[in-house]
Formats: sequence, C-alpha cells, structure tokens
Amino acid sequence: MLTAEMLESIKKVEATRSERMGMEPRRMTAEEKDTLLKQFHPDYRQDGFAEIKVGPNKGEKAPTELANLLHSNSRLHGVPIDLNKVDYESDVLVIGGGGAGSSAAIEADEAGASVVMVTKLRIGDANTMMAEGGIQAADKENDSPVQHYLDAFGGGHFAARPELLKRLVMEAPDAIRWLNDLGVMFDKDESGTMVTTHGGGTSRKRMHACKDYSGAEIMRTLRDEVINRKIPVIEFTAAIELIKDDRGQVAGAVLQNLETNEYLVARAKTVIIATGGAGRLHYQGFPTSNHYGATADGLVMGYRAGAPLLYQDTIQYHPTGVAYPSQIFGALVTEKVRSLGAMLVNVDGEAFMHPLETRDVSAASIIRECRERGKGVPTPGGYGIWLDTPMIEMLHGEGTIEARIPAMLRMYLNYGIDMRKVPILIYPTLHYQNGGLEIGGEGYTKVIDNLLVAGEAVGGIHGRNRLMGNSLLDIIVFGRNAGKAAAKKAKEVELGTPTLQHVEDYAKALADAGLETGCVSPQILPDYAGGRHM
Amino acid sequence: MENLVNVYFYGKRYQVPADLTIMNAMEYAGYKLVRGCGCRHGFCGACATIYRIKGKNELKTCLACQTQVQEGMYVASLPYFPTDKRTYDIQEIRPTEQIMMELYPEIYSCIGCNACTKACTQGLKVMQYIAYAQRGEFEKCAEASFDCVGCGVCSSRCPAGISHPMVGLLARRLTGKYIAPESEHVNKRVKEINHGEYDDLIEQIMQKPITEMQELYNTREIEK
Repeated sequence: MLTAEMLESIKKVEATRSERMGMEPRRMTAEEKDTLLKQFHPDYRQDGFAEIKVGPNKGEKAPTELANLLHSNSRLHGVPIDLNKVDYESDVLVIGGGGAGSSAAIEADEAGASVVMVTKLRIGDANTMMAEGGIQAADKENDSPVQHYLDAFGGGHFAARPELLKRLVMEAPDAIRWLNDLGVMFDKDESGTMVTTHGGGTSRKRMHACKDYSGAEIMRTLRDEVINRKIPVIEFTAAIELIKDDRGQVAGAVLQNLETNEYLVARAKTVIIATGGAGRLHYQGFPTSNHYGATADGLVMGYRAGAPLLYQDTIQYHPTGVAYPSQIFGALVTEKVRSLGAMLVNVDGEAFMHPLETRDVSAASIIRECRERGKGVPTPGGYGIWLDTPMIEMLHGEGTIEARIPAMLRMYLNYGIDMRKVPILIYPTLHYQNGGLEIGGEGYTKVIDNLLVAGEAVGGIHGRNRLMGNSLLDIIVFGRNAGKAAAKKAKEVELGTPTLQHVEDYAKALADAGLETGCVSPQILPDYAGGRHM
Repeated sequence: MENLVNVYFYGKRYQVPADLTIMNAMEYAGYKLVRGCGCRHGFCGACATIYRIKGKNELKTCLACQTQVQEGMYVASLPYFPTDKRTYDIQEIRPTEQIMMELYPEIYSCIGCNACTKACTQGLKVMQYIAYAQRGEFEKCAEASFDCVGCGVCSSRCPAGISHPMVGLLARRLTGKYIAPESEHVNKRVKEINHGEYDDLIEQIMQKPITEMQELYNTREIEK
C-alpha cells in the first residue's frame, strides 16, 4: 500500500511526465562528479573505515566490518586437524559455486584436470544468479574492445590494472560466444543480431541480456554443464582456511560441513578462490542486493595465507535498490530499467539527473537529493527517489515491461504495485565489492604461485567503480582463464608437507598488535537470528 | 505497537510482525538458516515453501523470501526436492523429438492434472511447457519456462514423477545453442581479435598517460 504522501507525489511525477519524455537531462561535468562523490559517496565517509593493523596491507584502510574480520582469529586457531587424513584430492580445488567458480571448473575439466568444487551453500547460490541487467562485450560494428576499455577505465576512475582490464575487454566477445555455445539464450532479433542496450557510463550499446534474468540464465546453464561433466560439487561445506606447504605453496583447504560441523581436508595442487563479494557484511548499515553467503570469506582466507588485497576500501552502492515496500528493501532494481528509458525523479516530479551516469555518481546524486536537498519521498525506512517506470511503456510500447524486465514486474506485483502504471521508489543498496585479492594477468595472486582468484573476490579489474555488465563479464573471462591456468599449472606442481603454520603465525601477529575482536573469521554466514533483516 | 500475527513454523506457533516475509519471520523467530535460504530476492529457488491457512484446506506454495506472512499460516519449507536431472553432452545432442524421449521419457506419462501449474511459485504455465516438450517444440518450451527458478515445487506435486525444471532447462539450452539464429557479428569480432587486429590499438591505449585518458574519456562520443 502506497502512503498518502507517496500518492500525492506520484501526481506530480505524472504531471511532468509528458514534458520529460522529450528531453534528455544534462550529463554532469568531470568536476561536478568529483565534488559530488567526495561529498556524498559512502566511500568518502571516514567513520565507515578502519586501519588494517596486520598483514600485507597493514596501514591501509578497509571498511570497518571487513577490518574486524581481518583482525579476528581463524576458526582453526588451536584446533588440532590431521592434514594427512585427506578427504578430497584433486589437481584443482575451486572454492565457491557461483559463475566464476563454475566457469573455472568447466575449463579445468575441459583441459583434463581433476576438479573438486566446494561451496558453503548450493552451486548457483551466488550473486551471479541475481545479476539482472546484462553482460558487456564490444561485438557490434560501431564498437571495439578499445572503446570498451576507455569506458571501463574512465568509469573506474582510471584505477583499473591495465593488464587485467585488457583481458576483460579483449576476451569479452569470446565469453559471449562460449556462453551462447553452451546454450545460454541471449536476446536476439530474427537475424541473430544480439539485442544490446546502454548501461550507465557506456558510450556504445553493448549490454547483452537474457530478459532481466541474465545472470540466472547464465548461472543455471553453467551449473547444468558442471553437473553434466560429473565434476564433484561438495555443497553446504565451507572452506574455512587454506592449507599451505613447507615450500610456501597452497596445498588445499580445510573444509567444514555446515550441517554436521565435521572438518574435512581437501588436498589440491592448485586452488582457485571464487568466493564472491561481501554485501552481507552490511557496510555502513546499508541493505544489500547480495545473496545470503556474501561475507568476504575468500578475502579473509587469502589474506591470512599472505596474499595482498587491492582497493579493499572501495565499494559499489547500486543506485537503485528497493526503498519501498519494506519486504523487499534493498533488493536490486536492475539498471536495465534506466537503460530502457525510465528517469530518476524527485518528490516534486523533477528529473534531477541523467539516468545513465555511472553507478557511483548516480548513487551519490540520489543520496544528495534526499539528504541535502530534501527532495526525497518519505518511506517508513527513510527516503526514496522515483524511478519513472511507466515511461518505458510510453517509449517502447505496451507490453515492453513484461517482455524485457519480467522479474522486476513480478517482484513488485507480489506486493500489489504495478510498475507499468505507477513509478517505483528506490534508494542505493550495497551491491559490489570493487576491491579484493590482487592478481596478475594470468590470474595468480602476487605472492603464492599456485593460488588463483576469479570473480568478485578479485581486486583491480575495474578500478574504483564498476560499470554495469562488466561483472557478469569478469566472472566468465577470469573464471575461464583461472580454470585453464590452474589445470596447466597442476601438471608441474609438487606439493611438500602440508601445514597450517600461517594460521598460528597470524594469531601471533594479532596478539603482538594487541588485537582481540572476540570474533573468528571467515564469517561464513550472516547472523540474522532474532532480528529484522531483509 | 507493532502489528503481530501468529504463524506456525513446522507446527509450532510464533508471533511475528505482520509486514515480514516468511523468511524474515523465521529469522525474527530465532532460526539461523543454512538450508532453505539462497539469494533472498526471488531468483535462486532455495526457499520453496508449502503453507496452509488455519481453517482452510487448500495447500499453497510460494518462495519464502517473496511472500508476506499471514495470520494463521502453517509453514513447511521444502529446501530440497529429489528432482532427477539426466546428464548429457550438449555438443553431442541435437534438438530432435527423440532427445526428450531418451532423457525425460516420463513427460509422456503426464496425466494432465495441472497440479504443477497450480503449484508454480513463479506463476508459470508448467503443464503447458511440458506439453511443448512432448511435441518437440523446444523454442516454445524454452520461452514458457524461461522465468523458472528451479525451486522444484512443481515436481513435488506431480503424480507422474516429472522433473519439470530439468525439462525446461534442457529445452532452453537446446534453443540457445541450436535453434536461435547464429550471431554472426559475435563470431566475426572473435575472429578479428584472434587474428590480432586489435593488439596494437589496445597496447597503445594501455600506454597512454592518465591525463590523456581523462581527456579521451571526458570528450568521448556517446551513441544515442
């Protein structure tokens, strides 16, 4: 049920709609964007961050909640584990069952390696499944990988690692080809041309989609392929610490069955961390669009084993999370809604910004509109801004919403809101971890030469902000590469004596720094028991 | 004062705020979920749920993360259902009518009760897409099953033991790979990249100083 205040504001939105239909709001200048970000983007709020006191990134800052996990002891500290009693043995151990992990597993299997995948929930319970809008690739006549590079590099504030970004854009068309060949149903016209749209910050229409189930369609196809290949998938079993050997290599991981609490040992010649993001750590109290298991486990395990982080202090807040109704507070409203023409409109019916600025700029602009200018629409949980969805049907014809964004339509109809008829209320939601473990172009961490990282757990591919559609792309590109590289590497790796000495060393470093958080890490799952959490 | 309702998780009564979803209400009541909770936003199918409202006899099905609690709701979750996925090599199979007969022959035992459609948490016409599959109309089956989240509730209600989500998935993969028209522009660009046509250009842009990149970025032309 919309409140009287909301209904009143909707009248103003409707009153300005026909006038707005014909205009395109001005894009901000580089200077305006800089000022806006510094004043209103959550990354610039000092009280949301803490200094890292131990390990390779000592002295740098991280979100307080992540720093707390990095400052906590291992779940295995003081727990005797017999590393010679091996439960799983493989060439390649993939930690994480999302899009990156599944892509890696498929390619490693294709290359002839033996693969074991472990995941704390089910294969496919991952942010990949929830990616709605699409996947970028420069495969149209008016586009090129160089243009894609420029868009992503600029959108990420010129901070992306060139060797990583080059791979992302150069291997993008082949990622699309590979997915299509596995049977992913991309939106195409009768001639086979992919239907592509803009995303925030793109200079060419290169967003490929599968309606607004893009990630789900990709994930369920990859999952099906993993199962068809009979790759062992150990579900409801979390990796809780990497195992190293006396030569400084990784040698597998200690796992824990989340239902029986039993510890298990997985030995492997190469390990791929594909554990995804951290939305469920709720940085700065934000709601999140992420899945239940997004708790930065891989970052914590990799860091404890000695691998440095990069850009761990930069987080993406998706500009359009659900602000109302409360039952779906924080859920993602795909950027595709704006790609299709819906404008961002304030309480007075004014289009206060161009709807396709980059995500960080859009989020900061929405926060400013509500906090500073007082032009947000009051909701039970705070404020929201209108996303004027009826414009889509007016621009592209009746039925467009049902055909192109059916998941969004269904999500709101569950609560009696028909987005074809009325606009919807949005506010930024914690969406993506721009930073993560630092890797080189081949996918290996910088300090452990048989440890690889792929997907959202990587830092540096996008810089300090990520464009829509480049994450579904990076999980495929870097997942595939990691799988191929790990399979090849496994042929030459000789493992030494397994050890958890790094866990004890880390405990000593924490004690020396006087850190006592009272917690253990990685977190594995959020603790929502007894409270109100969406 | 908060508006509370009585709900029954596995038969045990809890009082929870009326505005919560079933999933949030279980957590509010003190459950720490491991099973039956995935994306929490209606895309993964982990939280299939069966419920009945006190005093009524109809069984309803839903996703716990997408459904608000109601007074007198008796809730059982269905975090796993033994659907039967058959394995195949997507490169070897073809979109022929026989492939369904080989992999999922039980679809021909459908008795037309429509319990699957009535149970679908996504509101899909499940029995209809199974009928398309029976007739080898894979493209139609793919379209009609496209929004499936694989929660498995349909299969739990099926007297013929059909694994509907798996049938839809096979039809979609066949459609995406074999039936939908080829995307020549994608193949062409892959070929160009493999032939090294962008190697020099990409190396050049990677070497440019930041100030030049800023200029290029801020003045780039944006396709209308």
